[in-house]
Amino acid sequence: MTPTDEPHAGTALNTGIPVELLAEAAELGPGIGPYQLAWRRLRRSRVSLAFGGLFALIVVLCLLAPIYSHYIAHIGPNAEPYTFTIGGKTEDVLNSVGIPIGPTWQLGPYFLGADQNNRDVAVRLLYGGRNSLEIGAAATLFTMILATICGLLAGYFRGLTDGIISRVLDVIWAYPVYLLGIMLGTVIEVRGLGPFHNTTLMTTAAVIGFVYIPYVAKPIRAQVLALREREFVDAARQQGLGPLRIIVSEILPNVASTIIVFIPLMLANAVLTEAGLTYLGAGVRPPNPSWGTMISDGIAQIPASFSNVLIPGIMLVLAVLSVNVFGDGLRDALDPRAKIRLAKE
Amino acid sequence: MARFVVRRLMVMIALLVAISIVTFLAFVVVLPGSDQAAMIAGRLANPAEVHLISVKYGFDRPIWVQYVKTMANIFDGSAYSYQSSFNVLSQIEAGFPTTLSLALGAGIIWLGTSIVVGTLAAIKAGRYTDQVLTVLSMIGVSMPVFFLGAVLIYFLGYKAGVIPLGGYVPLTQSPSQWLWHLVAPWFTLSVLFIGIYSRVLRSTILDTINEDFVRTAKAKGLSERQVLLRHILRNSLVPIISLWGLDLAQVIGGGAILTESVYNLHGIGYLVYQSVTRLDTVTLLSVVMLTALAVVVIGALTEIVYAFLDPRIRLQ
Repeated sequence: MTPTDEPHAGTALNTGIPVELLAEAAELGPGIGPYQLAWRRLRRSRVSLAFGGLFALIVVLCLLAPIYSHYIAHIGPNAEPYTFTIGGKTEDVLNSVGIPIGPTWQLGPYFLGADQNNRDVAVRLLYGGRNSLEIGAAATLFTMILATICGLLAGYFRGLTDGIISRVLDVIWAYPVYLLGIMLGTVIEVRGLGPFHNTTLMTTAAVIGFVYIPYVAKPIRAQVLALREREFVDAARQQGLGPLRIIVSEILPNVASTIIVFIPLMLANAVLTEAGLTYLGAGVRPPNPSWGTMISDGIAQIPASFSNVLIPGIMLVLAVLSVNVFGDGLRDALDPRAKIRLAKE
Repeated sequence: MARFVVRRLMVMIALLVAISIVTFLAFVVVLPGSDQAAMIAGRLANPAEVHLISVKYGFDRPIWVQYVKTMANIFDGSAYSYQSSFNVLSQIEAGFPTTLSLALGAGIIWLGTSIVVGTLAAIKAGRYTDQVLTVLSMIGVSMPVFFLGAVLIYFLGYKAGVIPLGGYVPLTQSPSQWLWHLVAPWFTLSVLFIGIYSRVLRSTILDTINEDFVRTAKAKGLSERQVLLRHILRNSLVPIISLWGLDLAQVIGGGAILTESVYNLHGIGYLVYQSVTRLDTVTLLSVVMLTALAVVVIGALTEIVYAFLDPRIRLQ
């Protein structure tokens, strides 16, 4: 975003759309909506699109995990064979002191080497990516839905409703992210909580999703507080529309751009948090692969076979980086003034 | 002003009480009294012994009595971990210098670096330097702390021997060893925050540049440098400093769990991590109270200072 010539660049009356966007729309002529405009801007930003493409590629590769496993590697994600055949020769997966073979760099079994349990790193990398991204997506969905509901209700009804919701969010917010994450993860592991048990990936997703609710709900609430005083909301009230109807059809469309901007940031953060919680032993459980479990397993083997740390680590950084850069471009296109911050250690 | 401060303080205390209740309940739900007594009594204890322990530690009392008793013990420093039977306060005292060294060093590095990076990116907005700095800070926020730590330990520690493989040496014992052991953790912890802070500062500066007082300063003939340092930067730093206070409070209160575990620094974060995995309610509750206290107090102080500086906030 470059500085504008507007002395008080802000949002135009009634719309919540930044002035820069409106000026651009005026140049283009009538009939261009804010989302069409954002799409135009996004298309112009090559870097964001390139990184968006990289992320799409990673997703497709991870979805193809079963095909890679079945037709190319011929090894399942949890298979632990002692020997394998390459170029007609049979070799041991672990050497005599238990160090796994490194990458063979030949399409077939153990393309990226083996881990300490004789498993194929490349196959697990793809299956693990599928799990990591699945957790990330589910956590993002969980956060966005609950945070939007909390933000809308607190902002629209104010008073007691706002008091209760905001104080609950404050309590969640006062814990460091990873501390609350391992607390919830441990509690659920020991006791289970309703539908959540330690064996499912969705437990980790729900924990991560829950922890980040205040970070998204607070900005939405602040926006709704301002929106509810606008003339169009007054007009809707005068027409006799009920609160629920006003929230859904008048206010929600106006916070939609903020919600959209948060989605990629939240996804990137959720994938990072999965890895962190798993490293601390409160995330994905073995033998389920995920990028977090693979990095942690690799770290436990240092200094032997460091490629087992580097390979999943680089994959994770690439995925998170591509979502972050794409999300940054999306924010610039949609809502350049949004002040959004999520990540903590 | 006094009314505002009193109201903030009351909200703060209520928040702390709520946090302690939530943490306590979370673990009471996991470990109801009898289980906890059985855990302390050990594998070979008979039911009578378990019952004795349950009475001795008060696990047979109602939950709210247990809560009040635990909190009272925590605040007068007589709380003992049921698992390790160490005094909780002395454990916190033992870990505190490590965490404080980590937090202060890293805090200074990440604040200083992000002010330089953020200002540079804002001045060069849209140009090559800005784009490079943006990419770098993006990589910073996309890097898992423990992965970065592992990479540094392997390449610089194990391969090159430039940094130690982890651990902590007290400052009083050997200042040079202290520094040598902390350089990598400082860097690791700072990278993420530099990424976040420099982005925030960059956008704040770009907003401030358009303010009336900046135009006035330029119009009265101040040099670019004076306008930047005295007018733009001074105003843009306010949100950064308050972020810094809150984040530093979290790190001091044990928030740097990942950094402390990957570098094997036995500070508050490590203590928290261990007490969670051992289901050590008393230790966890004490440290969580400490963290929450730090976060809530610094948060309230920030708001009060803000209100002092900007009367508009007080009126809301």
